[in-house]
Amino acid sequence: MLKKALYGLAIASVAFSSCGGPSADGGKKATTGALGSSVAEKAYVAPGEYDEFYAFISGGFSGQLAVYGLPSGRLFRVIPVFSQDPEKGYGYNEETKPLLNTSHGMVPWGDAHHPDISQTGGKVDGRWVFINENNTPRIARISLKTFETEEIIEIPNSAGNHSSSFVTENSEYVVAGTRFSVPIPQRDIPISEYKGNFQGSLSFLSIDKEDGDMDLAFQIRMPGFDYDLSHPGRGKSHGWFFFTTYNTEEAHSLLEVNASQNDKDFIAAVNWKYAEQLIAEGKFTEEAVKYAENEWDESTHMATSTIKKSVKVLDASKLPGLVYFLPTPKSPHGCDVSPDGEYIIGSGKLAAELTAHSFTKIEKAIAEKNFDGEAYGIPILNYEAINAGAVKNPGLGPLHTEFDGKGNAYTTFFISSEVVKWKLGTWEVIDRHPVYYSVGHLMIPGGNSREPFGKYLVAMNKITKDRYLSTGPEVCQSAQLFNIEGDKMELLLDFPTVGEPHYAAGCPADLVHPNTTKIFKLEENNHPYVTKSEKEARVVRDGNDVHIYMTMIRSHFAPDNIEGVRVGDRVFFHITNLEQDYDVPHGFSMIGANTSELLIMPGRTETSMWYPKEVGVWPFYCTDFCSALHQEMQGYVRVSPKGSNTPLTYTLDDDPLDM
Amino acid sequence: MKLKAFLFVGLIGVMASCGGESNAPATESKPAAAPAQEEAVVETSADVDPMENVGIGPIDELEFDEEIDEALAASGKEVFEAKCTACHKTNKRYIGPSPQGIYERRNPAWVMNMILNPDEMVAEDPIAKALLAEYASPMANQNLTEDEARAVVEYFRTIE
Ligand SMILES: [Cu+2]
Repeated sequence: MLKKALYGLAIASVAFSSCGGPSADGGKKATTGALGSSVAEKAYVAPGEYDEFYAFISGGFSGQLAVYGLPSGRLFRVIPVFSQDPEKGYGYNEETKPLLNTSHGMVPWGDAHHPDISQTGGKVDGRWVFINENNTPRIARISLKTFETEEIIEIPNSAGNHSSSFVTENSEYVVAGTRFSVPIPQRDIPISEYKGNFQGSLSFLSIDKEDGDMDLAFQIRMPGFDYDLSHPGRGKSHGWFFFTTYNTEEAHSLLEVNASQNDKDFIAAVNWKYAEQLIAEGKFTEEAVKYAENEWDESTHMATSTIKKSVKVLDASKLPGLVYFLPTPKSPHGCDVSPDGEYIIGSGKLAAELTAHSFTKIEKAIAEKNFDGEAYGIPILNYEAINAGAVKNPGLGPLHTEFDGKGNAYTTFFISSEVVKWKLGTWEVIDRHPVYYSVGHLMIPGGNSREPFGKYLVAMNKITKDRYLSTGPEVCQSAQLFNIEGDKMELLLDFPTVGEPHYAAGCPADLVHPNTTKIFKLEENNHPYVTKSEKEARVVRDGNDVHIYMTMIRSHFAPDNIEGVRVGDRVFFHITNLEQDYDVPHGFSMIGANTSELLIMPGRTETSMWYPKEVGVWPFYCTDFCSALHQEMQGYVRVSPKGSNTPLTYTLDDDPLDM
Repeated sequence: MKLKAFLFVGLIGVMASCGGESNAPATESKPAAAPAQEEAVVETSADVDPMENVGIGPIDELEFDEEIDEALAASGKEVFEAKCTACHKTNKRYIGPSPQGIYERRNPAWVMNMILNPDEMVAEDPIAKALLAEYASPMANQNLTEDEARAVVEYFRTIE
C-alpha cells in the first residue's frame, strides 16, 4: 500500500516536471519538454554505484561543510569546521578544542560561507578545501584525504570576513577581505565619525605547496568600504585579485538606503605580485595585532593554538600601483572572472545590467593613466575605457556568475528567482530557467578555475517554502541540479541541504575518492596519551588528575572496571581505537559528563574530560553501533568520596590488563 | 556497512539455530570467561575437513619448514601483541579463540586467509561462518600485510 503510494508520487512528480517552460505562477509548477519523463534517470545513481562529482556545499549559519554526490544529490557527510559538533566530538574533545580558539577565547560557532578547492596550474587538484568564517574572521583548511579540518587561522584587523576564501591558480594564496570596516586599531570613537576613520583590510594567506600550511603573509589597508566578494585573476590576469565593494558612501546606519546612493561602487583590483615585491623591498609596516593560528598535527592527532602578535601591512593609499578601482554599477555583489582571465563580471544588485570589465583594457587604462579621479589616493579607472560590454536587462537582482568553459556564463538572479545563461563577448541572453526560490550562489564544478567541468550546475536557494513536506515554520533550504550540456538548462533534481547552502565547490570524484584515508595506522599514532595494545592500558593518578589510558575494539573497552576515582578528581579518558579496519569507529560516552561523546576513528586516540561529582558506580558505553555485541560494549567507574582510600584498580574480565 | 554486518550475524544465528546439530543458538549469551563448549560442536556442522580447507583469500598453500624460524616468530609476536591481543589471548578463550594448538585444528593457509581476508571468510567459508555464529564477534580486519600475517602464523607455532 505504502509502496504503491510512493510510486504514484514519483510518477506524479516526474509528470509535473515534464510540462512546459517557465511558468507564469512564480514557478511553482516545474518545467521541461516532451521527453521530460526521463529526466529522473539523469540524476539517478543506482545503489552501489558512485557519483561522478563531489560537491562541497557550505552550511552558512551551521558553520560546517557538507559533502554531497552529483548528480544524485546524496548527502555523504557533514564536516565540522567552525562549529562544535557533538556527533563527532569536534570542538568538545581535548584534541580539537584548540581549533576553535581565537583571540576572543573559544568561539563555538561560526558562519561558513565560501568553500574553494586548491589548484595547480589553474586546475582544481582535489587536495584541500578552504572555507571562510564570516562572523569571527577566520579561514579553515580541510584535508580531502581525511575530510577533517586541519587548520584554522583568525584574521586580525578585520570584521566580517566575506570576500573570502578564494584561491589563486597555483594555490599561492587564499584571501580574506573585510566585510565591515572598523577602526584600525580598534578604539573608542563615535560611530557617526565612521567616514574617514574606519578602514578595511584585505588579507593574503600563503599556502605551503607540500602540506597546505597557511600563513598570514600580508594585509593591504583599504578605505572604509564594505568588501563583498572576490575572485582571483587567472591566465592573463594571474597575479591580480578582484574584490567587489559596497557602501563606498561610507554610511554607518540604514545601509539599505544610505549605501545605495552612488551610481557606481567599485571593484578593487589588487596587484598581488606587486604586493609581494613591496613586501620584499620592506615597504610594509609591522603592526601589533592578536590572532590565533590553530594547526592540526596528523601524527599526534592533536591541534595546537598559537596566538600571533604581528602582521605586515601595505597601505594602498600610499603605495601607487598596488590597487586600482574599477567603477561598477551598482552595489556589486559577485565578482567573477572568466576562465581565460579576460572578463571580470560585476553583478550590481541594484543595476539594470551586468557589467563586464576587460582585463586587457584595464592594463591599457593603467598604462595610459586613464583615471577618473581617485579615492583615498587610489586611482579610479575610467569606466568607458575598461568596459567590455554589458548584459542588458538580464533579470532582477544579479548575484553570482559561473562559467561552463565553452564560452557561456550563468548568472543567478535573487529577486526574479532564476538562472540566466548568456554568452561571453556577445553579451546576449541564451536561456533562462526559474528556481525555487531566491537563489544565491550557483556552482559549476571547477568554477573558480581555468577549466570548469561544464556538465552540471547547482543553484543554491535561500527560500524553500511550499517545496517539500513542511516541518514547522523553518524549512530546509535547497539546492537544484541542472544539466548544462545542451543549449537549454535542464532541471534534473532538487535536494534539501544542511544549514544555508551558501556557496559550493565541486570537482570530479576521481580527484578525491582514490586518495581517501581509510584508517589511521596504529604504528604511526604519536598521540602523547596513546595506548597501543590492551596490555598497555592503565590508570594513573597524578594528584587530583586521573589519566585513564583505555583501548577499544569490537566489542569491549579495556579496562572496563575502574575503581579508586574520587569526587573532586578531574578524569581524562584517553581512548585509543585499536581497530585497523575501514569504517569501524567506536564511540564513548560517560553519564553526566558535561561534554559530548567521542567518536574515535580506527587507529586514532581522543580524550574526554569528566568531573565526577557524586559517589556511586557510573556506567560508560560505546555510542556507535559497531558489532552484534555493541550493546555489551560498556563499563563502570566506581567513584568514592573525596579523601577515601579505595585503591586504584583497573581490570577487564576481573584480570589485570598486563597479563 | 556496520548494520549490514550485524544483520548478517543475525541471519547466521537463525541458520545455526535451525541446523539441528548446533545445540545452542548463536545469540545465546555465554560468559566469556567460562570455557563453555568448545568450537568443535559447531564445526561438525561444517562439511569440510578443517585440516584440508585453506579458506578464501590470497593464500593458496602454506607449508611450514620443519624448523621454526625464531626471528620471524619473534617479529610475529610483536605484531600479535600490537594488533591482536585485544581479542585473542594465548592462554584462554577470549573474544575470539586462542591460537594455542591452532595447527592441530586448522590448515596454516586457512589461518593466513582468516587474518588477511576476514570479511569474505566469515561470509563464505564454512568454518569461519560457524566460528562467527559461535563467537558473535566478527574477526576484525587489522590490515596486516602478508609479511606480518606470515610472521604471526609462525609465532603461533611457538605457543605452548
Ligand atoms: Cu563499539
